[in-house]
Amino acid sequence: MKIALAILAAAALGFPFVFRGPYPQHLAILVMLYALLGSAWNLLGGFAGQVSLGQAIFFGAGAYTSTLLAQHAGLSPWVGMIAGALVAGALALAIGYPCFRLSGHYFAIATIAIGEIAGIAVTNWDFGGGAVGLFLPVGTEGLLSFQFHRSKLGYYYVLAAMLLATLLLSAWLRRGRAGYYWRAIREDQPAARSVGVPALRFKQIAIVLSAALTACAGTFYAQYVLFIDPGSVLPLSLSIQICLVAVLGGVGTVIGPLLGALVLVPLSEATRVLLGGSGRSLDLVVYGLLIMLISVFEPAGIAGIARRLGLTAR
Amino acid sequence: MTCELVAQALVSGLLAGFVFALIAAGLSLIFGVMEIVNFAHGEFLMLSMYLSYFLNASLGWDPLVALPLNAVALFLLGVLVYYALIRRVLRAPMLAQIFATFGLSVFLQNLAQFLFRPDFRMVATTMATGRIALGGVFISRPQLVAAIGAVLTTGLLYWLLTRTETGKALLATAEDRQAASLMGIDPDRMFALSWGLGAACVGVAGALLSTFYYVFPQVGGIFALIAFVAVALGGFGSVTGAFLGGIIIGAVESLAGVFVAPAVKNIFVFAIYLVVMLVRPRGLLGKQ
Repeated sequence: MKIALAILAAAALGFPFVFRGPYPQHLAILVMLYALLGSAWNLLGGFAGQVSLGQAIFFGAGAYTSTLLAQHAGLSPWVGMIAGALVAGALALAIGYPCFRLSGHYFAIATIAIGEIAGIAVTNWDFGGGAVGLFLPVGTEGLLSFQFHRSKLGYYYVLAAMLLATLLLSAWLRRGRAGYYWRAIREDQPAARSVGVPALRFKQIAIVLSAALTACAGTFYAQYVLFIDPGSVLPLSLSIQICLVAVLGGVGTVIGPLLGALVLVPLSEATRVLLGGSGRSLDLVVYGLLIMLISVFEPAGIAGIARRLGLTAR
Repeated sequence: MTCELVAQALVSGLLAGFVFALIAAGLSLIFGVMEIVNFAHGEFLMLSMYLSYFLNASLGWDPLVALPLNAVALFLLGVLVYYALIRRVLRAPMLAQIFATFGLSVFLQNLAQFLFRPDFRMVATTMATGRIALGGVFISRPQLVAAIGAVLTTGLLYWLLTRTETGKALLATAEDRQAASLMGIDPDRMFALSWGLGAACVGVAGALLSTFYYVFPQVGGIFALIAFVAVALGGFGSVTGAFLGGIIIGAVESLAGVFVAPAVKNIFVFAIYLVVMLVRPRGLLGKQ
């Protein structure tokens, strides 16, 4: 596990020196963004077993909070990122308290419902730019202002650091008491509660952490693209993609979401580059087919293949 | 005036609700028998609508006359999907099952876009046209026909499930897979049958909708999302609950559209789901 992480970290550090073009670097940023989002989902959906299909709310909360704070109060995106994480955490508490009474599919559908409500609400929210969206003020380049115009390297390393921190946090949580409590809740909640696991409190911890990390990724996205609208940061399809990355990588493993993103993002880009462009969506036909094939032949995700090859320990 | 407006909104909402109810009933049947949520349900609906469209455009058949053909075609598609895809993920974790059907939905939707282009199409000729005035309330005739058709089909499904031997075998499999198989019921055949019947329900719904709704590759998404909520609202696995859920959602959507704003009507649909869930965490008619 440690060796695998070290190799990955070294690969991530060296990648921009081997691939100097903007497109490979953009691809790597997308991979890391989805790996981060998938890892955040995994805390809640993988470790604690509460399948959320509404992660876009937290992503949107991060993107909108930091953007609105920058536009109206001139605050640094880094302050905005913390504020966004706090907003998302508060939203998560408010969502978790009633929804954690629901189990299985009922919880998943409830998160879809809340996500759709958020999407519609923001689309009709004039102060937040409504359906038109918000353009970020273009400022000076630099780490402090969280904008890099001349090359993508700045974004690349900021995101790599964020992802590394998330993976370490995730590994630490999994080994610790929270990890054991979450697994107990996931496997059998009544049994876990009967031996004194405070189920609601630990599910709340999972959703708040998951939301805060997702919101940080949302702020990163806003700074990277410099434009946000409900269609790009709040759609149901984003929530599903996030979940898909974690599931195809391997649910409940630390490295799974990263593996999932490493396979899924280049796959979707490759089909788009090779087959897209005709405007007839042949790329998505192939993409859908591939998702079916992976679900059928490798239901435990890519981490399952890695485990069989002896690359990672369980 | 307001009274008439309420009546008008309620009537159109209920008419739409009956069709939602039929779509949801099919989804709920599949879930009830094998606990798999079919994320491709909306795409089944879309394919049925295209079938109606092309039969109408090339042969001049009225979608309402060709309706049995839609039911049979979608039944076969459902059975095919079961044997080709679902059967292989029966023992997989819930998430892998969800993504098998999600992949199918992406595949079918974009295949339709590839083959049929993203154009909006409309069935040109159907015998159900115009509207009926009832007091101060106007009823669109195609919508009325669709609602009646949806109620009859759901009734037929209910009769099939509760009164025939095959239906009882289906319900027994839903209740307890192992016990049913000990009684000589082949679960595999029952699973295939539930996919066939669930898809046939949207087959009928698609034919009915095609008389007054645009046909395009993404059309299923709108109805599928509403059907998910209707199924969960009624209680997963309960066909009657799904029917009830569909009707409630139709009424809420229409009333909110008239009295609040059409742009935010779905907020009320999702909010009503959340409110009901707080009171009954397993849906209106689900086993609590």
